[in-house]
Amino acid sequence: MRISEAWLRELVNPPISTDELVEQITMAGLEVDSVEPAAAEFSKVVVAEVVSLIQHPNADKLKVCQVDVGDKAPIQIVCGASNVREGLKVPAALVGAVLPGNFKIKKSKLRGEVSLGMLCSEKELGLADDASGLMELADDAPVGMDIREYLALDDQCIEVDLTPNRADCLSVEGIAREVAVLNKIDWQPKVFEVVPVSHQDTIVVEVEQPEKCPRYLGRVIKNVSAQAETPVWMQERLRRSGLRSLGPLVDVTNYVLLEMGQPLHAFDADKISEAIVVRDSQADEKLALLNDQEIMLDADTLVIADRKHALALAGVMGGQDSAVSDQTQNIFLECAFFNPVAIAGKARQYGLHTDSSHRFERGVDFTLQHRAIERATQLIVAIAGGEVGPVTEVVHEQFLPQRQPVLLRPQRIQKILGIEMPDDQVEDIFTRLGMKLESDAEGWRITPPGFRFDISIEADLLEEIGRIYGYNNLPNSRLLMRSALGAAPEAKLPLDRLKDLLVDLDYQEAITYSFVDEEQLKLLMPDEVPVRLQNPISQDLAVMRTTLWCGLLNAAAYNTKRQQNRVRLFESGLSFINAESIVQKPKLAGIALGSVLPEQWGEKSRKLDFFDVKADVEALFALTGFEFKWLKDQHPALHPGQTARITTADGQAVGWVGMLHPELEKKFGFDTQVFLFELDLDSLQHKKVPRFTALSKFPSVRRDMALLVEEGVKASDIVDCVMSAGFEKLRDVHIFDIYQGQGVEPGYKSVALSIVLQDFNQTLTDSEIDAIFNGVLQSLNSKLNAKLRD
Amino acid sequence: MSANIEEILRQALNALVDVQDLKQLDQIRVDYLGKKGLFTLQMKTLGKMEPEQRKQAGQIINQAKNQLQQALEKARTALQQAELAKRLAAEAVDVTLPGRGHGVAGLHPVTTTLRRIAQIFAAVGFKVVEGPEIEDDYHNFEALNIPAHHPARAMHDTFYFDAHTLLRTHTSPVQVRVMEAEKPPLKVIAPGRVYRCDSDLTHTPMFHQVEGFLVDEDVSFADLKGVVYEFLRAFFEKDIQVRFRPSYFPFTEPSAEVDIECVMCDGQGCRVCGQTGWLEVMGCGMIHPEVFKAVAIDSEQYTGFAFGMGVERLAMLRYGINDLRLFFENDLRFLQQFA
Repeated sequence: MRISEAWLRELVNPPISTDELVEQITMAGLEVDSVEPAAAEFSKVVVAEVVSLIQHPNADKLKVCQVDVGDKAPIQIVCGASNVREGLKVPAALVGAVLPGNFKIKKSKLRGEVSLGMLCSEKELGLADDASGLMELADDAPVGMDIREYLALDDQCIEVDLTPNRADCLSVEGIAREVAVLNKIDWQPKVFEVVPVSHQDTIVVEVEQPEKCPRYLGRVIKNVSAQAETPVWMQERLRRSGLRSLGPLVDVTNYVLLEMGQPLHAFDADKISEAIVVRDSQADEKLALLNDQEIMLDADTLVIADRKHALALAGVMGGQDSAVSDQTQNIFLECAFFNPVAIAGKARQYGLHTDSSHRFERGVDFTLQHRAIERATQLIVAIAGGEVGPVTEVVHEQFLPQRQPVLLRPQRIQKILGIEMPDDQVEDIFTRLGMKLESDAEGWRITPPGFRFDISIEADLLEEIGRIYGYNNLPNSRLLMRSALGAAPEAKLPLDRLKDLLVDLDYQEAITYSFVDEEQLKLLMPDEVPVRLQNPISQDLAVMRTTLWCGLLNAAAYNTKRQQNRVRLFESGLSFINAESIVQKPKLAGIALGSVLPEQWGEKSRKLDFFDVKADVEALFALTGFEFKWLKDQHPALHPGQTARITTADGQAVGWVGMLHPELEKKFGFDTQVFLFELDLDSLQHKKVPRFTALSKFPSVRRDMALLVEEGVKASDIVDCVMSAGFEKLRDVHIFDIYQGQGVEPGYKSVALSIVLQDFNQTLTDSEIDAIFNGVLQSLNSKLNAKLRD
Repeated sequence: MSANIEEILRQALNALVDVQDLKQLDQIRVDYLGKKGLFTLQMKTLGKMEPEQRKQAGQIINQAKNQLQQALEKARTALQQAELAKRLAAEAVDVTLPGRGHGVAGLHPVTTTLRRIAQIFAAVGFKVVEGPEIEDDYHNFEALNIPAHHPARAMHDTFYFDAHTLLRTHTSPVQVRVMEAEKPPLKVIAPGRVYRCDSDLTHTPMFHQVEGFLVDEDVSFADLKGVVYEFLRAFFEKDIQVRFRPSYFPFTEPSAEVDIECVMCDGQGCRVCGQTGWLEVMGCGMIHPEVFKAVAIDSEQYTGFAFGMGVERLAMLRYGINDLRLFFENDLRFLQQFA
């Protein structure tokens, strides 16, 4: 909400500067967004009157004017505006004037005619963004007066960003009230004279929805002059609040809205058929609005209608058919209280947001309507004339908001705000805020005024005390509370540890959006149906990721396109699976491409392969202390020959590691092999709490064997076979070489492995060692058809 | 006789002059002092001499041998030192060449910021709790005292899946979930991703928040002020000015917005703070009795405060980052600055 400081100070004028005022209301919860001068800097512009004018002898479009600028004799100014005419009062920039944009006015000749200044439009004075002709001043404007003084331009526009609870401050009066409380000074709303009723014509008002519209006031004003000029002072105040002048009838309703916070609407009375009916809309009823938009109503939108059709969207916007125009003679002035619940969300539902809906949604003072309609009447009659009829009021008291007293206990002030406050100070604050107080044994019973919709519980009253007392004047206390010793769950591996390891392994952490491009996701996970947003920000961010790979692939491609040829990224976050109910699973995923090491001296560059990435993933597993199984498998996003599915020892799914399918490389913008992993964080964060096992005092023995096996035999088959051969003293096995080529028959491979043997009770003898060695060999031979290589 | 010894010694010493390595040196030792060495042979001739003569000749030979031995030792030391010097010279490297192997990458600045926040609060016993990102309307709005059509909903630009399911617009639903499950005293911070249907220069549709709350008997606004004040000073490692402005959130009452003295211009006024000298960094307040009611906590017995802050905003202020969108482009040139 934007208001003129001068207007505010007309109501309440504390002896503080603009800066202090702004600081004061900001700190009271009315945050000031900006303070701007009401007009740009300019000088030497005065009120002038065009005394006479003749056609310029050498230019069709120019007039040579004699202009009274308050000096002894008129001066000559050449002007090209179409609305220049004899007797017109207009701003004139004199020689030496500087207009906004540092435009200097000099004595000049226009096609041979001397011009001693310039007649100005609103645009040239920086008062409007555009203008169709000269700015026309009122007939009684005093010639020669500085225009800044005449228009009171040495003023500030204060933009206040109000929170939704402070509807009471959506008016100049509302802010004035607040300023008065903060400065402890008295104030009064604008005093005006009520215009006496001069005819008895009325329009019948029927309220079918009294709950939604508990109070409706209307009156007929006849024979108004719709083409009257809105006075400059009102135009200026509207302008400083960001509103354009739209003729006196609309201007007055807007003015009262700004002044008191009460929206009003003026209908063309001659376009109302018989009666005003406040009712719910019927489904599919159409309404052409003032903004040229035609809306289709649903079944329970409150409308103002006549006997035939809907005329206006109640509390939001008027309709085109019944709008006032230049031809309007008689108006029906509406001033109602609509229940916030009835209006809330309605404007948004139809894609609208108006000054009126903004106020009704948040709550308009339900005691204000009589004063507001009289104020609007007075202004209309003063500007546009007219004869005033009686006010018709339909009110259902039982549906008006009830203001219940709220209990405030003194001890809660101490408990919640941490201060003790003398009773008289508490009472002063609430009295100035317009609330009624009664005290009893428990404390105060405080009844909020009609303009406050945000006071219903004790905490609301405490906030008022804190606000007026000043949050910054409240104490800061040291955190004193019971505390318990922290837990240190060892069986949970912190995510931070996993992340740190990846960082140490040279993976940079990335954070990508949780919503992704469905087409891309389909390439990776063709069989999954992702969760879809109803209102995505754009089509390429429309579905929730089922895998973190989508974001990581794009992030990696973004970097390879920027001359990065070695990229290693990881991310942790949720993936979203569209099951019966949506499953949100935390994942840890990574991507790596390029060489194993950054380019460097003394090391041959080697391209990353599956086993480099596997080693990184194994390092993560090592942190958990548990065994994980690597199984050969297929994944639509991965190379069929380089895909591992990982499970826990008891077969629970953990994740995938593999090379991006070569067919997808180009589709994601790569021209290199890309490796990916994605792991279930729940499994990874499960940590084994160590149990000590005794150490053997006897030496271990290592025996190596070179086996010939068919090339399809997997390393894990060999290791499993050795470990399950049933020898208790066999402690460990590992493969230290794989060979194919000369000396090995095609279709076979040579596998070199070592076994480690150890006993807890004695040093193993050669015969025991040989027995185990042969037993292992036998088992390998029978299960995997492995032979000892010669 | 003595002339002969002197001659042998002279020869030996001469030979030493040309010695190149330890092997040659040893050969000289063998040639002169070995079992068949020239001095040894000379010693053998002593037996044939008269005792008087033998003693004298023996002395002469021994003197010569000692002299040679000393010369040999000296030559050996010299050779060893030369050899060591040669090896050291050969093994010298250019220590200014970079080390080999891979480097260490870094965490995302959002993570680093989240960790610092958690660390500061963990020190006074706050525990970290996370919640779902796809939320229901009840936890994101209703239970937080934001009924349907509440004007505050308009400020939330919510992403919806259906009428009741949405992407959480703030981390406050975690507050509700924790209070549903646990009883006071509670000290919790809840970091995480949040979503708003808004994208421009200063908004991304996804960003991070940290929600914090504390519930116990006798928690006051003064405690909230103290905690927020100390947190901000700890976070920025600076004695900054902090101010509390009345504001409005449906789930707190009283509510406040917290401003800090602009860290870019030290409160002098600049582009970042819009010339005001102040930066808005978080919202906070005393937990609303309606919220307590929704989770069945007695607001007469317990009071509490809650606060929420934008992580990217804090990271931007802390590290001087001037473009929000950089956080989610994942450009390595950006990320690597925060290793």
